[in-house]
Amino acid sequence: MIEIKNINKTYGSGETAFSALKGVSFTIRDGEFVAIMGPSGSGKSTLMHILGCLDTPTSGTYFLDGKDVSKFSDEELADIRKDKIGFVFQSFNLLPRTTVLRNVMLPLVYAGVEGDERERRAKEALTSAGLSETHYNHHSNEISGGQIQRVAIARALVNEPTLILADEPTGNLDTKTGEIVLETFEKLNKEKGRTIILITHELGVAEHARRVITIKDGVIVSDRSTSKTK
Amino acid sequence: MKIIDVLQETYTALSANKVRSGLTVLGIVIGISSVIAMVSIGAGASNSISSNIQALGSNLIMVTPGAQRGQGFGVSLGRGGAKTLTLSDADAIRTLQNVNAVAEEVSGRYQVTAKGTNTNTTVDGVTSSYPEIRNVTIDQGSFISDSQNESSSKVAVIGPTVVTDLFGDTALPADAVGQIIRIKGMEFKVIGVTVSKGGSGFNNQDDMIYVPTKSAQRFLSGNQYLTSIDIEATNSNVMTQLQTDITDILLARHKISDSTQADFSVLNQNDIISSASSITNTLTYLLAAVAGISLIVGGIGIMNMMLTTVTERTREIGLRKAIGAKKSDISKQFLIEAIILTLVGGAGGIILGWLIAFLVNWSGLITTSVSWGSVILAFGVSAFIGVIFGYYPARRAAGLNPIDALRYE
Ligand SMILES: Nc1ncnc2c1ncn2[C@@H]1O[C@H](COP(=O)(O)OP(=O)(O)OP(=O)(O)O)[C@@H](O)[C@H]1O
Ligand SMILES: [Mg+2]
Repeated sequence: MIEIKNINKTYGSGETAFSALKGVSFTIRDGEFVAIMGPSGSGKSTLMHILGCLDTPTSGTYFLDGKDVSKFSDEELADIRKDKIGFVFQSFNLLPRTTVLRNVMLPLVYAGVEGDERERRAKEALTSAGLSETHYNHHSNEISGGQIQRVAIARALVNEPTLILADEPTGNLDTKTGEIVLETFEKLNKEKGRTIILITHELGVAEHARRVITIKDGVIVSDRSTSKTK
Repeated sequence: MKIIDVLQETYTALSANKVRSGLTVLGIVIGISSVIAMVSIGAGASNSISSNIQALGSNLIMVTPGAQRGQGFGVSLGRGGAKTLTLSDADAIRTLQNVNAVAEEVSGRYQVTAKGTNTNTTVDGVTSSYPEIRNVTIDQGSFISDSQNESSSKVAVIGPTVVTDLFGDTALPADAVGQIIRIKGMEFKVIGVTVSKGGSGFNNQDDMIYVPTKSAQRFLSGNQYLTSIDIEATNSNVMTQLQTDITDILLARHKISDSTQADFSVLNQNDIISSASSITNTLTYLLAAVAGISLIVGGIGIMNMMLTTVTERTREIGLRKAIGAKKSDISKQFLIEAIILTLVGGAGGIILGWLIAFLVNWSGLITTSVSWGSVILAFGVSAFIGVIFGYYPARRAAGLNPIDALRYE
């Protein structure tokens, strides 16, 4: 469960200080599928980085499964990322000049999973992300943008994290490919019960989620349920 | 993270960036090999200079005509530059104590012909004691005898280089004995061939023709003066004393009271050795400086490659951290990468340096010798630079928070 209270994030200091998040608070229960919406520069990515333990807030508290991670050290945050969180980034997702399979196995390498088990789980994740076997040994520059996103999704779920964070996963994709990627997320949420937080600025994309949080200039302006909510 | 995984990760990272890894290794190879090759050539040059000096003979004192102008200049003042030494001077020296042997020399360069071939070489008028004093050994035939000298016989002993120059590349020393050669148009009979001394360049003692001193005076130089007198002392302890005695007796004979006005110079072999060793020392310093500079340049190259690598890969570091890598996992990976690159580059550099030294040796220019000191120094310095500059920037990058690293440009 995610519980953030009065999160602030300020970049820079003095004259050039810029407040990207101004007192953001919400709670996301396990198994929710949430979309975070907002115009460009509103602080979506900043928020996601904090939720994903990649960055720490300037002030405020963040309870992840009951632990206050806002004061965690670098090492402790690395452990949380390794065990609980999977990411799909806005860009620069895969290691260059490295095969699809190795990219997906990487989180397992850091988690200390054995070689055979590693490969089995990587292939399983690639299958559930909908990438066909023919691409496993392709390098990241030999596959399409949509395929890259699916590899990134496979990598995000290979560790079986409870929380999957995706920053504009369909940003660079055509509508049809985007739909396939979004259906993958929906399936993961429904069938495996993963908590999914997805960032987008497209309403159509947000409608795949069951809850939409909209932020603007670093503050939440709306928090509503969608038609998908059962 | 297990060590085997770190190694595997390192391997994939290095092979994913073949060009960059290759260039880094190349930088290290060049840095190390140039130092090793340079130092080996320097050591070889020093060795060849000192062995040339040893080949001159032992306990040798040389008297040459011309003014005494301090140690260094004495050597360069051309033989026969002035006409002041005579056979009776040599005889007077022969009467001194501690003299083992005396050889009178009349040397000059002349055109030499035999059966249509010709060469221009040094013709040295010498006496029977010359081989003993100057470490010359006879291969075929015999050396000049006292009676041949007294009778001004037209006989010659030639060096192995002269044999091939005059009688063709395939000529054997034995073939030359008994042949007639013409020096300055006059016929001389070859009675012997010397053993090769392997000298080279400025002091090739194989490219020489020896004739009796008196024959050289009569037929070649056309006067009764000597171009040098070589004296062998009985042992090395008496060299200085003998040098003084020779100076005194010649000053008296030439009726010169002020020794600074002497019309000859007396050179002790120890003086030659000490001035030559000061030259080789300078040479060694020079080469050490050149090697040091190439090591610094190589080191900066390595530094540059390593820093660029880390900078370029900061985003990769951020991504790795975002998916669960700890700071220590990243540091380990880059440390091992740096170690592997420097080891591969180091091994390549040592092999290449050795190869260059071997090729120089094989080409016959200089007999090189690779010193372990230079290998260890070159390898140590580049390994140190490689590891420091591969590891520390990576450690710093690994310390960044993943977002800052991912944003890095
Ligand atoms: N490292 C940083 N230093 C300074 N300012 C930053 C930094 N990162 C983000 N910002 C600022 O914070 C604000 C929010 O950035 P953020 O990346 O969260 O936007 P976003 O909502 O994800 O936008 P987009 O939809 O374009 O991705 C922006 O105005 C940006 O300029
Ligand atoms: Mg963004």
